[in-house]
Amino acid sequence: MARTLTGTRIRDRRTMRGMRQADLARLSGISASYLNLIEHNKRRIGGSLLLSIAAALDVEPSALSEGAEAALLATLRQAAADRAEAGAELTQVEEFVGRFPGWAQLLAAQQRRLGALEQAVEALTDRLAHDPHLAASMHEVLSTVTAIHASAEILVAETRIEPEWRERFHRNIAEDSARLAEGARRLVDEIEAGGQRDATLSSPQDEVEAFLSDHDFHIPLLEETPTPDAVEGVLAQAGGRLSTASARLIARRFLDLYALDARALPLDTVAQAIPEAPARLDPAQLATRFGVDPGRMMRRLATLPGAVLADLGQPPLGLVACDASGTLTFRKPLAPFPLPRVGAACPLWPLFQALSRPMMPLRQVIRLAGRSEGVFLTHAIAQPYGPQVPNRDPMFEAHMLIQPTTVDPAQDPASDDLPRVGVTCRICPKAGCRGRREPSIMAEAL
Amino acid sequence: MGKSVLVIEDEPNIIEAISFILSRDGWHVATHSNGIDAVEAVRARRPDLVILDVMLPGRSGYDILRELRAGPETGGLPVLMLTARGQPKDRAMAEQIGASRFMTKPFSNAEVLEAVNDLIRA
Repeated sequence: MARTLTGTRIRDRRTMRGMRQADLARLSGISASYLNLIEHNKRRIGGSLLLSIAAALDVEPSALSEGAEAALLATLRQAAADRAEAGAELTQVEEFVGRFPGWAQLLAAQQRRLGALEQAVEALTDRLAHDPHLAASMHEVLSTVTAIHASAEILVAETRIEPEWRERFHRNIAEDSARLAEGARRLVDEIEAGGQRDATLSSPQDEVEAFLSDHDFHIPLLEETPTPDAVEGVLAQAGGRLSTASARLIARRFLDLYALDARALPLDTVAQAIPEAPARLDPAQLATRFGVDPGRMMRRLATLPGAVLADLGQPPLGLVACDASGTLTFRKPLAPFPLPRVGAACPLWPLFQALSRPMMPLRQVIRLAGRSEGVFLTHAIAQPYGPQVPNRDPMFEAHMLIQPTTVDPAQDPASDDLPRVGVTCRICPKAGCRGRREPSIMAEAL
Repeated sequence: MGKSVLVIEDEPNIIEAISFILSRDGWHVATHSNGIDAVEAVRARRPDLVILDVMLPGRSGYDILRELRAGPETGGLPVLMLTARGQPKDRAMAEQIGASRFMTKPFSNAEVLEAVNDLIRA
């Protein structure tokens, strides 16, 4: 069983309060030896027991649960993987986060910053190849230098040069040096302009995701008026948040789709159709009821405001979509279900299984290997998209809706056999995995 | 009749300087300054050697070289390529297409003279 952070936190909170293990066990209605196992992260804990321990310790249950830490842990594990030679104590990463949350946040922030800087350096290194304006200015300067150099060499080397030729090369040098001065100034301008273009130090996808996360993937303006004009308005409001042309293009594509989805599925109508029991939320059924395709239904559910879902007793919804190459084309991560930022995802995700069973809605409960061993209810489907042309194979895309859920091993003995999936191979501890692409840095693989 | 060279380059002052030093060295120099009909110019003039810039108006020097190498009359013609970008991939590209020699701007007059004389001897 994977180690979880909750135990360490319970132990820290208890010792901070000067409470004995036996006392906390009694107040929580469990045996001291069972509490000992929990505190040493040898037993998973959740549900009502977590609530009673939190009450006995007089803390918010969320202060003990680890959901919010999953992203932090993933970042730290990635940091350890990137600098394996440093020998970070991976088996104690959860203890580290529990004991020194501030330091852990600092380390994670630096890891993210490092990633952004590496990307920026790569972009800057490649600029001559990728920035046509810069390349043109550079070419101009080098050509002019060549002409001046050749003419000057002639004047120096040819001692018996005719006066009219001498005159001519002098004039050429004067002309070319004026051009060189102009070209050099333009080159500097290009380099500076490039600096500004790259000032955000992040990829266009990152920018769009940060922009959408700020709004929790819900755009009220498009709910009121789902029109192209409103899309322009949202983009205008975003201003510098979307600093590159690519970021604006990606955002526009998302917002155009959002507007179409919102027009087909008005917020209130959808909200009324959502059942109050999370287990009964069925995007395929809702799609049939509203006469839309299941992918659109899933996107619409994932862009509902968190408050509307919470009122209905529905946990937040994450969404991920991919094209037939498996490339993630839409990502709305959940804190306890982080999505890989770079590189490929876990091939065991129902999202990818759906691609091999087009049009078949899949409903699966999965466990996320490692970390908190969180349990999630997923709905996935692969469907054709784009114009359908006779005698030509359609293009497929898949969507997967992700919702945190809970299982009670006492009532559901099969819950131990839930499929375990990862986020991405490198930080996934699952031993003997048939989908593994690269070795894991996590310990469980032993 | 001495050795003849066709300089395909769009920078007038470079053409002038190269023409001057090559003439002094005993070459018969012709020039051409756009990419579009450069191949026709080579076929019409039948020079002993071609100096070819990569960045030309109308057509890339690489394309021109490819066409020269494919033609029966020009397949074995010595070609000195000039470029303002000396990145390894540019050099690799030039070699793969069949440039006889590759030179990065800015170059010195002596280098050009040495290169063309080497090529014509080879």
